[in-house]
Amino acid sequence: MTLDLALFLLLALIAIASALGMLLSKNAVYSALYLVLNFVTVAVFYLLLGAPFIAMAQITVYAGAIMVLFLFVIMLLGTDELPKSQVLPWQRPLAIVLSVLLAAEATFLLVTKARPAGNVLQPDESVNTMENLRQLGMLLFTDYLLPFEVVSILLLVAMVGAIILTKKEKGAR
Amino acid sequence: MIPVDYYIILSAILFVIGVLGVLIRRNALIIFMSIELMLNAANLAIVAFGSVIKSFDGQIFVFFVIAVAAAEVAVGLALIVEIFKSKRSIDVDQMSSLKG
Repeated sequence: MTLDLALFLLLALIAIASALGMLLSKNAVYSALYLVLNFVTVAVFYLLLGAPFIAMAQITVYAGAIMVLFLFVIMLLGTDELPKSQVLPWQRPLAIVLSVLLAAEATFLLVTKARPAGNVLQPDESVNTMENLRQLGMLLFTDYLLPFEVVSILLLVAMVGAIILTKKEKGAR
Repeated sequence: MIPVDYYIILSAILFVIGVLGVLIRRNALIIFMSIELMLNAANLAIVAFGSVIKSFDGQIFVFFVIAVAAAEVAVGLALIVEIFKSKRSIDVDQMSSLKG
């Protein structure tokens, strides 16, 4: 077993364990912290795949900004545990069975049918970080300029929308 | 040297854990976090495929997905805070009426 594969398996174990920790934690704060760990391991996967820019964007945007927002809202709303649902008692076992089926199905189809031949980046093909950044920047501002600008408008709209939604209405309530 | 299959299987497992989170948890915040997990699993698959075909397009696409996810979180959390203000609860079972 090569060092690469050992690293991959260790990280995969951490990623799955932290995802399950997120799913099973009773306390929402613990869930958020497990999710941060999961995002960081995914960032390391991006580094292994030769995408240093995406890895750093993942850490700053996901593990940083988005999770801080989540933690902030959890603190704001309180972390009281919800009472057990009595509305659909059969939903939980059914969901678990269907999820296992979905996992088997997706794995089977992706591995047998949609499989691109070959391996991901070899360890001897080292990635030049500056070159990766330069190439991404060139693509982003030439071929993908329109989507880039649309995303900037989308972020502005989301910001305005979030402020409007949480704003106190004058005289209401 | 890691076969791309491993990344795809990992991505599928993470995605299914996200689906399971949406289905079995009742806390709206945890459901939202599970959606983030699913987005991440899809991103991982995209970058892995892009790495196999030696193309930068996959990384560009993931960059856009991250930006859209950030916008989605801002609006979604604002909605959850509003729902909490009117219902005093973030249990999704309570959100059964159309009128706020």
